[in-house]
Amino acid sequence: MIHFVVHEKGDGVGVVVVEGCAKGSKATGWIMDPDSTVRVELKNDIPIGHKVALKDFKVGETVIKYGVDIGKVVAPIKKGEHLHVHNVKTKRW
Amino acid sequence: MISKKTKFWGYRRENGRVGVRNHVIILPVDDLSNAACEAVAHNIKGTLAIPHPYGRLQFGADLDLHFRTLIGTGSNPNVAAVVVIGIEGGWTQKVVDGIAKTGKPVVGFGIEGHGDHETIKRASAAAKKFLQAASEIHRVECPISDLWISTKCGESDTTSGCGANPTVGNAFDKLYPLKTTLLFGETSEITGGEKLLEARCRSPKVWKDFMAMFDRYQAMIERHKTSDLSDSQPTKGNIAGGLTTIEEKALGNIQKIGRKCIIDGVLDKAEAPTSPGLWFMDSSSAAAEMVTLCAAAGYAVHFFPTGQGNVIGNPILPVIKICANPKTVRLMSEHVDVDTSGLLRREMTMDDAGDALLDCMLRTANGRLTAAEALGHREFVLTRLYESA
Repeated sequence: MIHFVVHEKGDGVGVVVVEGCAKGSKATGWIMDPDSTVRVELKNDIPIGHKVALKDFKVGETVIKYGVDIGKVVAPIKKGEHLHVHNVKTKRW
Repeated sequence: MISKKTKFWGYRRENGRVGVRNHVIILPVDDLSNAACEAVAHNIKGTLAIPHPYGRLQFGADLDLHFRTLIGTGSNPNVAAVVVIGIEGGWTQKVVDGIAKTGKPVVGFGIEGHGDHETIKRASAAAKKFLQAASEIHRVECPISDLWISTKCGESDTTSGCGANPTVGNAFDKLYPLKTTLLFGETSEITGGEKLLEARCRSPKVWKDFMAMFDRYQAMIERHKTSDLSDSQPTKGNIAGGLTTIEEKALGNIQKIGRKCIIDGVLDKAEAPTSPGLWFMDSSSAAAEMVTLCAAAGYAVHFFPTGQGNVIGNPILPVIKICANPKTVRLMSEHVDVDTSGLLRREMTMDDAGDALLDCMLRTANGRLTAAEALGHREFVLTRLYESA
């Protein structure tokens, strides 16, 4: 069963695509391109549609999704944690 | 599977354009004329009033856009005939003359000097004749190349980027070689992905024209911006759905133009394209504003992918909703025309999803009502450029 989806190999985040992904569970991700899978232990409850970090991030680092820059890290993030507006911000506007 | 031989049943209008609906609309030039228009539509069952809040004391480019949107709406091939009502005769005639260039039946009425009662009486008589004439127009078989399809997404979340939007992209990649006329837009929602579009533009000139529109929009946002655009980009709904930044939202948005089709040209708001191909239209990313502009540009069918569940429709343009978020599909099923949630369970390929959308598109073009039409969603929202005088 797939719990999260990763657009491209090398992306630092996956998108949770099922409901009820709980802290402590081992989640399986589908890397769409190239077709493969990855497993991560979740460190937070992550709602459907929200992102899980696939690596540790330091403040100031860039988050890559779709192989492209989607913003900067503003609070440290550990692999398996919920990555969202509380720890990542836009580089625009 | 769709091919050059694919046909659909449409209404061929006087100017050769093909519509998929046969509306007789009662179109107000201004806010003051809404009441008369709604009274006419009440009198003549089967006509459709399209009320809106603007049209007085606008000037310059903002007024030009107002006229372009109203004339474009009346000229859309999904419309068989138009009754125009304005508070005075001058601007009313301007809208009538613009629509009359298509050759379709159109007539205008000014309220001043007559009052609502007399205007409603005369306009109702005209509307009745138009409606009865329209009811005798038959659908004819048309080649797929006669179909104009626009797209815009809304209440997006991360499932839009990996499910619903690439479904539209897959369908666009299949429609483009069939010489259909396609459109996307949402200028602010390209932010962070603009460089990716350079490789997709037909020529350096198209890229330059696109960037001029993009830079103008960015400058407008810079002038007025607050932190995170006051939760408007991404929206509260986007953020609740898991989208974190405008860049992430934009990269999802761009999935709608697929991987193969080429951007052949750019259009100003509500401007009609001049040849088949994929067009970019400078436009707001607000759902009803953008879809209203698509209808005014002459589009006949609209693809609307959503994640969190936007409910939008349009008075004259059938809006097909595509959703890949299993929670939204479960909680808001009455709004979803094409369920592609199987994509995220690896039960459906992107080709399957694209084909499911194209099948729904053909059925919609042939007359099947979309969820938004059945639910009575008729959002008609005019884009304003600045304050009235």
